[in-house]
Amino acid sequence: MCLAIPGRIVSIEGTTAQADFNGVTREVDVTLVPDVTVGDYVLVHAGFAIEEIETEDAEEIGLILDEMTGLLGDDGP
Amino acid sequence: MTRAPAGLDVLRSQKVAGALVERIRALVDRPVSLMEVCGTHTVAISRWGLRSLMPQELRLLSGPGCPVCVTPVSGIDRAIAAARLPGVAVVTFGDMMRVPGSSSSLESERAGGADVRIVYSPLEALAAARAEPGREVVLVGVGFETTSPAIAATVVRAEREGVRNLSVLPLFKLVPPALEVLARVPGRPLDGFLCPGHVSVIIGARAYEPVAERFGIPCVVAGFEPVDILAGVAMLLAQAQRARDDSGKAEVETQYRRAVTPEGNPAALRLLDEVFEVCDAEWRGIGAIPRSGYAFRERFRAFDAVARLGLPETRVPDESGCVCGEIMLGLRQPPDCPLFGTRCAPRTPVGPCMVSSEGACAAFHRYEMSGGADGR
Repeated sequence: MCLAIPGRIVSIEGTTAQADFNGVTREVDVTLVPDVTVGDYVLVHAGFAIEEIETEDAEEIGLILDEMTGLLGDDGP
Repeated sequence: MTRAPAGLDVLRSQKVAGALVERIRALVDRPVSLMEVCGTHTVAISRWGLRSLMPQELRLLSGPGCPVCVTPVSGIDRAIAAARLPGVAVVTFGDMMRVPGSSSSLESERAGGADVRIVYSPLEALAAARAEPGREVVLVGVGFETTSPAIAATVVRAEREGVRNLSVLPLFKLVPPALEVLARVPGRPLDGFLCPGHVSVIIGARAYEPVAERFGIPCVVAGFEPVDILAGVAMLLAQAQRARDDSGKAEVETQYRRAVTPEGNPAALRLLDEVFEVCDAEWRGIGAIPRSGYAFRERFRAFDAVARLGLPETRVPDESGCVCGEIMLGLRQPPDCPLFGTRCAPRTPVGPCMVSSEGACAAFHRYEMSGGADGR
């Protein structure tokens, strides 16, 4: 029930934004993330963006993954 | 083309997952029990078959991670009582529809002609109230800290707009107080909590510090992809080993750093505090947990559906003949229940762990019944 999916903010008007979810645009409320700007990735739950998320590549995924990314090598996952 | 954020390729990489499984195997040299308390973790662990990758001595337990599952029968009965009132529309997240109350469900009520509507966002309830001023719209307020801020924000907006025909049936639950109960269950040692990622987005990783410090149980906030969960498990095991070897203290670590901060989401926490006050709450299958729910503050009492519509308090024993309570406390596993897969199945749920797709029994039934999984 706590599922949240990442989307990219494409426009904001007041507390309502349009966000892109892999090519599908949906309305998202940004009351809970007042500092978010166009281009940011947010986690969306029940129609509300609940947090901005980091979007850079694997290096930023988390502590333990830093050393794991090397395992991917050149031939991908 | 939109690039998938946060390197989904890495998060589902078999190579990375395989390396993490190796690390986990190397870290387990005695019986270890870890518990997740998040329905999305429950489903991910079952769906990706992670339990079957774990070494024999490592048990992954599913705690009370689904707010739908732990909603007491009396709460469902109140939602049903609201749906039976003339001029009332009950608006709910879809997961609640089939949950059995003492004699009916919202789905049965709808089939019988009641106005019960499924929404994805609480804002749809506000829109319905706006569009139909002559109707009382009641939102079933189920959720952990991930969901309650969205409902708080909706209520604040309704107040600002002067919408007077919207109310909420408050059935909210808070995760950290439940962890304190789970940390003290007699007869079931626990070596770590895999803490819920999206609850933690709101409340922040620091919210678990009292659990780690007072009960000495390592906590790791983890994300939801297979690699997130495996990394979280490895971090818990490494922490437990450090604690043993160097008599280090249990602490809170965050694996899901792309979304979770130590402090949480300040705007969401402010809204929660503005609208709600903490109260005791009843958890289906577990019982009353002090300071584990939300009630409306005085200023927002007009939005409390119980007071507004005079919804009766039913006293129904959560009796079902199943062992869900023990499953959620980590004392038993789904296949240990005599009703599992026979009288209690996803289409005919008896106990709380089967009622929602995110319950421990439902996830186990769906993903781990065939293919030799043994439900360790």
